[in-house]
Amino acid sequence: MLDPGFWSFVGLTAGIYAIFALGLQVQYGLAGLLNFGHVASMAIAAYTMAILVVRFGLAEWQAAAAGIAAAMAAGLLVGLTSLRLRADYFAIVTICFSEIVRYVLLNRQDLTGGPEGTIGLLGRGQAAAYNTDWDSLIARVRETVSSVTGLDVSRDILMLLLIWLVAAGLLLVVRRASVMPWGRVLRSIREDEEAASSVGKNVFARKLQALALGAAIAGAAGVLYALQFSFFTPDDFEPLVTFFAWVVLILGGAARVFGVPLGALLFGLLFAGTRFFDFWPLSLLDSADRAYLRLIIIGLLLIGLMYYRPQGLLGRRQEMLLE
Amino acid sequence: MSELPQLIVDGLVSGAVLAIAAVGVSLVYGILHLVNFAHGDYLTFGAYAGLGVTALGLSMVVATVVAVAATAALAVGLQLVLWGPVRRRRAGLLSSFITAIGLALVLRHAIFLVVGAGSRAYPVDQFSVERLGPVRVSISQLIAISLSIVAIAVIGVLLARTSIGRSMRAFADNPELAAVAGVDVGRIVLATWLVAGALAGLAGELQGLIQGAFDPNMGWNLLLPIFAAVVLGTIGNAYGALLGGFVLGLVMELSTWSVLGGGIPASYKYVVAFLALILMLLVRPQGLLGRRARAL
Repeated sequence: MLDPGFWSFVGLTAGIYAIFALGLQVQYGLAGLLNFGHVASMAIAAYTMAILVVRFGLAEWQAAAAGIAAAMAAGLLVGLTSLRLRADYFAIVTICFSEIVRYVLLNRQDLTGGPEGTIGLLGRGQAAAYNTDWDSLIARVRETVSSVTGLDVSRDILMLLLIWLVAAGLLLVVRRASVMPWGRVLRSIREDEEAASSVGKNVFARKLQALALGAAIAGAAGVLYALQFSFFTPDDFEPLVTFFAWVVLILGGAARVFGVPLGALLFGLLFAGTRFFDFWPLSLLDSADRAYLRLIIIGLLLIGLMYYRPQGLLGRRQEMLLE
Repeated sequence: MSELPQLIVDGLVSGAVLAIAAVGVSLVYGILHLVNFAHGDYLTFGAYAGLGVTALGLSMVVATVVAVAATAALAVGLQLVLWGPVRRRRAGLLSSFITAIGLALVLRHAIFLVVGAGSRAYPVDQFSVERLGPVRVSISQLIAISLSIVAIAVIGVLLARTSIGRSMRAFADNPELAAVAGVDVGRIVLATWLVAGALAGLAGELQGLIQGAFDPNMGWNLLLPIFAAVVLGTIGNAYGALLGGFVLGLVMELSTWSVLGGGIPASYKYVVAFLALILMLLVRPQGLLGRRARAL
């Protein structure tokens, strides 16, 4: 329990999921959009960054900005074509979109490295790395810190600080946006679309803006994911990841901005906890079986939560019931 | 030129399996307004139920019967312990989505836990092939297509001729009117799950057969193409789902035809299916057999 490796893993997982789920919070919590392909934004940002650095020689920060922009553009594209559809159709279109992205990443080996992941970006036999700028920056920061204070701060601790700083900043931005007229109009659209449009609000444009903002935030989560792990494959962006974001959102209470970090921490504990805990009776299972058990527990938790407390830990029940 | 008839036959075979799975999803949606994200895992359950029977040394016929019966029982059982109580709590769209996704996670990984991650296959000779004129058809494909035809005929008769089938369609079309006309809702719901589960069990076994080797991810991987077939053929409309399944099967196979600008690589099959779905929703969101007002 006191292993620092365990807690930094919980913190990193929770931080990245907090940012990722915050994007969903903007889309669902504010605008009521059922985006089931959220992971596509993360994948597009991470891959755009890696490809621009490795194959086009951009500086990493430029590539990161381009990655977030690409995620946002993809969000706009999906919105422009599909926002007019009914909620359940929109959910199916978005999940299909995220799977199209994953299949293309898997199959365009010449562009993406294919199933081998970003290490294959330069083709077979050459190990590609997109993270050299970032790693040298982190190394310089560690040196400076240790020369000033004499403390040896690990890479994970620095990443933890950075990720949670970004999360806190974005949280405040979203919190601010949700109480501004922009956010209030969005919530009125979520509650009653016709009423909002009858007083002259452009429902479509507002929803599109929420979708694009959510996609950009998810793109930021994708960039941080890439910076932390230095290597990823298309299968890191399975539909399951989208569902995990929904778990985070719902654990915290979908309509509460500050529910997101709480949900992310609980999810991080659950996700990492079942990976690290190996006392009896879990010690009877091998690691693959424990991974299955972890997903069974997450599934049961989702079912139980939806049954007993559909509003999440901080939400209001009325928002989740059938009209 | 002998490529085209072969692609059509392959498309019809995979389309038939999609079609019978899609009818179940569509009936469940039409009657319970539930998008069942766990339906793919019902297919997987059926496939492994059948595999368990063949492992005992029994024939494929017995395996098919057991796969169908076991999956129907699973579907009805889950209605009783899960979907019934959830419905009584008046769960909204998102709650029921999330519940279905949770169920999908539980089912799929419980199957993983029991059977392991390795690929399995039915004891059917994968390499024995019949020649019918210009096309080659494997034994698995022959079994799949003939059982699908039987299943489709049975569904057709059930929906069109029996009183329970008519009640189901009436309820899907207009629940208030059907309830006023004396349709027993509880009975309809159980019958719907019975049919949907039986079809899922059959579709799962047939998909396992035509795929050759399969693992516990099989049904989950097939879920989105099934949804695509359902939406293509108008969500909630059982006949539409059949049509959607066949159209999608044909579109996926024909997209690899070399005459069409060299053809699309087979690994993009599902991408083609999803693009067909998205295109359909943009041009005709109500599906092949629907009325426009309902989809927007």
